[in-house]
Amino acid sequence: MSTIALHDEHNHDHADHGHHKETLISKYIFSMDHKMIAKQFLITGIIMAVIAMGLSILFRIQLAWPDKNFPFLETFLGKWAEGGRIKSDFYLALVTIHGTIMVFFVLTAGLSGTFSNLLIPLQIGARDMASPFLNMLSYWFFFTACVVMMASFFIQTGPASGGWTVYPPLSALPTAIPGSGMGMTLWLISMVLFVASSLMGGINYVSTILNMRTKGMDLWKMPLTIWAFFLTAILGILSFPVLVAGVVLLVFDRSFGTSFYLSDIVMGTNILPNEGGSPILWQHLFWFLGHPEVYIVIMPALGISSEVISVNSRKPIFGYHAMVYSLIGITVLSFIVWGHHMFVTGMNPLLGGVFMITTLIIAVPSAVKTFNYLATLWRGNIRFTPAMLFAIGLVSFFISGGLTGIFLGNASLDINLHDTYFVVAHFHLVMGSAAIFGMLAGVYHWYPKMFGRMMNAKLGYLHFWLTFIAAYLVFFPLHFLGLDGVPRRYYAFTEFEFMKKWLTVNVFVTWAAIMAALAQVAFLFNFFYSIYKGKKAPQNPWESNTLEWTAPVEHLHGNWPGEIPTVYRWPYDYSKPGHDADFIPQTVPFSQTMSSNLPHDFEGNAEAEKIQQDWEIANPVTENKG
Amino acid sequence: MSLRKFITNKTTAALAVILTVFANTSVFAQDAAAGAAAATKVDMGEVYKSVIFYILVFLAICLFIAIVGKAIRVYELSREAQGKPVGINWNRVHASLFALFLVLGLYGVYWEYTVHGAMLLPDAASVHGKRIDEMFNLTLIITTIVFVVTHILLFGFSYIYRYSAKRKAYYYPHNNLIEKIWTILPALVLTVLVLMGFLTWRSIFFKVDDPKNMPIQIEVTSEQFKWSIRYPGADGVVGHKNYKLTTASNTLGIDFKDLKSRDDQMADEMVIPVGKPVKLILTSKDVIHSFYMPHFRVQLNTVPGMQTIFEFTPTITTAEMQQKTNDPNFKYLFYCAKICGSGHYNMQKVVRVVSMEEYKTWLAEQKTYLNDDLRKQFNLPVAPAPAQSGTDSAATDSAAVKTNQMALNK
Repeated sequence: MSTIALHDEHNHDHADHGHHKETLISKYIFSMDHKMIAKQFLITGIIMAVIAMGLSILFRIQLAWPDKNFPFLETFLGKWAEGGRIKSDFYLALVTIHGTIMVFFVLTAGLSGTFSNLLIPLQIGARDMASPFLNMLSYWFFFTACVVMMASFFIQTGPASGGWTVYPPLSALPTAIPGSGMGMTLWLISMVLFVASSLMGGINYVSTILNMRTKGMDLWKMPLTIWAFFLTAILGILSFPVLVAGVVLLVFDRSFGTSFYLSDIVMGTNILPNEGGSPILWQHLFWFLGHPEVYIVIMPALGISSEVISVNSRKPIFGYHAMVYSLIGITVLSFIVWGHHMFVTGMNPLLGGVFMITTLIIAVPSAVKTFNYLATLWRGNIRFTPAMLFAIGLVSFFISGGLTGIFLGNASLDINLHDTYFVVAHFHLVMGSAAIFGMLAGVYHWYPKMFGRMMNAKLGYLHFWLTFIAAYLVFFPLHFLGLDGVPRRYYAFTEFEFMKKWLTVNVFVTWAAIMAALAQVAFLFNFFYSIYKGKKAPQNPWESNTLEWTAPVEHLHGNWPGEIPTVYRWPYDYSKPGHDADFIPQTVPFSQTMSSNLPHDFEGNAEAEKIQQDWEIANPVTENKG
Repeated sequence: MSLRKFITNKTTAALAVILTVFANTSVFAQDAAAGAAAATKVDMGEVYKSVIFYILVFLAICLFIAIVGKAIRVYELSREAQGKPVGINWNRVHASLFALFLVLGLYGVYWEYTVHGAMLLPDAASVHGKRIDEMFNLTLIITTIVFVVTHILLFGFSYIYRYSAKRKAYYYPHNNLIEKIWTILPALVLTVLVLMGFLTWRSIFFKVDDPKNMPIQIEVTSEQFKWSIRYPGADGVVGHKNYKLTTASNTLGIDFKDLKSRDDQMADEMVIPVGKPVKLILTSKDVIHSFYMPHFRVQLNTVPGMQTIFEFTPTITTAEMQQKTNDPNFKYLFYCAKICGSGHYNMQKVVRVVSMEEYKTWLAEQKTYLNDDLRKQFNLPVAPAPAQSGTDSAATDSAAVKTNQMALNK
């Protein structure tokens, strides 16, 4: 405790004496300020998201018009789209890199990296992260990972193309698919860098939350965002190293002739020397990360939406404790459900039964969260800010995608749905759209905190409605392709008679996807334009309770100019009866809100209860209670 | 009317918007007309393909949105200047849009269920498939109810409880009873689903062979990008394989030292008799593929280095299914469902479900894997009489195996 106090003291002086000379490089590039690092994560994440979205449009074009030529594709892609038609190998590269970028670079680093960095110190009342230097390294490892991944588009054999799960042997043998040559090597290097970045970030988040909360901020007074980031970081720390282990073994198999994943393989008539390995091992290692990863993606989005929904409903989040316990439940359970990705991979069927049970149990905390969101909206006074719109959209996607998860989590039903478009539709709703909407809600909500300016609300409205509608138009019909037995990652539907009836649906879905992509222009313009020309942000634009809105709009290193504010209450005192305003910030002591205090607020502190009782006797309720 | 008033007038603003829209469309009309005029010289197909055309369309839309945005802004500023309340109540707009979205969305879901829902796979053509379908339907009913109810609540609440300056939200932080109910209720429903799923799963993968009705073994081997089917021959057992024996003439690496291999038959399609259990033995030569036979609700990955086994019983013949689906060209298929390389999208084989008699006649016509070339390779006597009696063939075979083993041991 004393070291932290000293640390505070130091920063305090520091802030009083103004900043030490900051150069362009130390301020914008190798910054160690968590707010700048958050912006770096966000902007890199947005750029990667645009790239990945562009890739998805390319393969959607191929799916919609498999026998048409698009000369501009050849202009951009050269030999990978000879004659204006994307090649089959490159199609697989597109889906692989689209998945990898979206899951890891956008929804893990872009979402959790941005908002954990921005909000953890600001919402718990800390000057900065526990280790600002590690934090900076975390960003630069992430950035390097992005560069390495993108570099694979500029090599002869093209990027990795074994699907984002890169199952060996396909990913291990360059003779099986060209993308498994140099492109796969780059994928693996990029992933190792990325995991290092995630770990540095995660360790930082956990230690900051555990050690650097301001006075009065006990764990049960933390906003749900912080709970979500905290548990996400724990998930990441415990699961990402397993992926590195898997990746290293794959590197050995690919480059040094070992046989961890390879055995009994004949390419044509060429008998490979590998013996004794098992491709299933990779799947276990990959999904041991891969499934928690899904929750690493969605939990920060759920945390953000909890906060946004509560603020904009002007109501406390319903069942705060249940929300935290369900997050903890999801965290714990997510480690024992990975096998549901492997029901039909040849894993022992006995395990399939076990994993089915654990998988469907995890639906319970998810259901609780959904119902609590609905209860929060009930009898609220809902302000439809762009952030709120996206948060409501998230709840909708979370319901839709979550319910289809009940089909896939059931091993017996999964037999016929595994690796079909039903899966594609499921995870694009629950993990893709929901998490992206959580991220966008966060961007709209905390943009004033990040850039000191407001985003244009009307463009935000346009952005939301176009994206929301388009996302449903894209992903809802895909369920039915899956139910008809159309497998995913098919380059064209032309070779099967029964798939031809889905071609028109594919055209429709592609147009909807293009519409969704173009709607993002409204966001991108709004985002970058508002950095420079947006309306100046007021101190507390959403009339929110949490601590970050007490920090000055103008950023300064150390966040608060004077002492760090003390926290007295939980963050969800919205529309409390007896109080004149419809929000009471966490920094307002109970002594200033005597008219609205509830017995529950004092958590059994007899002395405080006595004072409150005396006050209530002295000031009998007249008109303003209730 | 002063100029200022004219500018700030609501109707004028609306007119301005309509005028711009009209101007835009008429510009487009002119473009189109010009295009039509030039149609004799220019191939319009190229124009439509060109990226520039679409970029221009998009920029025009952006311009239009910008103009509408400005018009709204002018309108709002004018209201502000006149000291009137805010022009557009966005909270009400969004609340109404959510209500509209709910209605249209539910209709859309209904449309999807009825139109696309009618384009799906026909009823399961296998014994276990029926159980899967029943469970699917139950799950579908439960999830659809939850889906509809929660969405009505979500968008309904959004509509009803939209912002009003007159109202204060209801401070309602928790209610332990309600929370307990909606924790336990999903848990109970899921328990039912889990139990059903678990029992079905076990009935599919943990079968006890009925000695009177032993399953037909069929081995399917996947490789980039084709399937090879191996029938067990008269002994009813597919023989051993060893990938190290793979050659151009023995592409599967069948080990003909194993007596059981010698009568194994190759087939170009999978023909199976109706009502008889089939035990699929799935293997892969190169990468992971997935043997997917959706009409029978069968899927299992084929993994190099190991065997995976799926047992099922077909119940509907191809001919019956053609009648049921009213499609004389209907065929059962199996194809690859696990990404396996550039030819992944076209890796299929036909499955024919026939009567037992048809199956037997068809089977008798299939060639064995063991041909004269392979006999030489394995030092087996070339061209023995194909219809030898069992004991005879066993005797010659075992002699042949010995010589073969010696040959291999060298």
